[in-house]
Amino acid sequence: MKPVNEMKFEFLSKSSNESFARATVSAFVAQLDPTISELADIKTAVSEAVTNCIVHAYKQNMGIIYIAVQIFENGKVVIKIRDRGCGIENVNQAMEPMFTTGGDERAGLGFAVMQSFMDKIKVTSKTGKGTSITLEKNIIPRVMRNG
Amino acid sequence: MNVKIKNEGKTLIAFIEGDIDHHTAKNIREYIDNNVESSNPNLLKIDFSKVQFMDSSGIGLIMGRYRLMQLLKGKLEVINVPENIKKLIKLSGLTSLNIIKD
Repeated sequence: MKPVNEMKFEFLSKSSNESFARATVSAFVAQLDPTISELADIKTAVSEAVTNCIVHAYKQNMGIIYIAVQIFENGKVVIKIRDRGCGIENVNQAMEPMFTTGGDERAGLGFAVMQSFMDKIKVTSKTGKGTSITLEKNIIPRVMRNG
Repeated sequence: MNVKIKNEGKTLIAFIEGDIDHHTAKNIREYIDNNVESSNPNLLKIDFSKVQFMDSSGIGLIMGRYRLMQLLKGKLEVINVPENIKKLIKLSGLTSLNIIKD
């Protein structure tokens, strides 16, 4: 199925861009008229993925983070967040709740949040090449919500 | 600075405003910790009523302050958590520490 709308943007892996990234995705998804709670879920998941790129993928050097968002006719939103950073050696381990290499102040909940706040998540990673995360959420059309 | 501190004897209240993410958490953490170290409270209350957005960095922030207050033989309370942040707090398991007060 072809998307009815799509957009792409890229930015430097500076932590000050975390709010820019989630606000931009949220502004684009707003055309589907999502509930406040659906939008909060998406913003939180995007924030987790982008933070992972900054804290882990580009730990050594600054790099570019790529985000693409597609909207489909049935209200499905597909968000792809990609980096060309260090990659994840063991994806299954990285996705375990509470597992973190980020130190004491990181909860190790990034992937758990993405999994529980979105309908679907796919992670592909190659050591030394980078990581790609695809997040999906179905926004319930307002007509159906109102019965 | 998006934290305001109120000192009430042995109770320190930190009011956080705006977004808590990995970028803002660092300053918030340092500001709270400096105030805790200088006033050595028995109770640290973190007020979330003006928090607009929070990701798991906020969970790390709460966990870190919980450990700090334990080290100082004091207590931590998280108060006025907005509805839209409760989902994340529930997922994190923080509710079992009995520090989230409504």
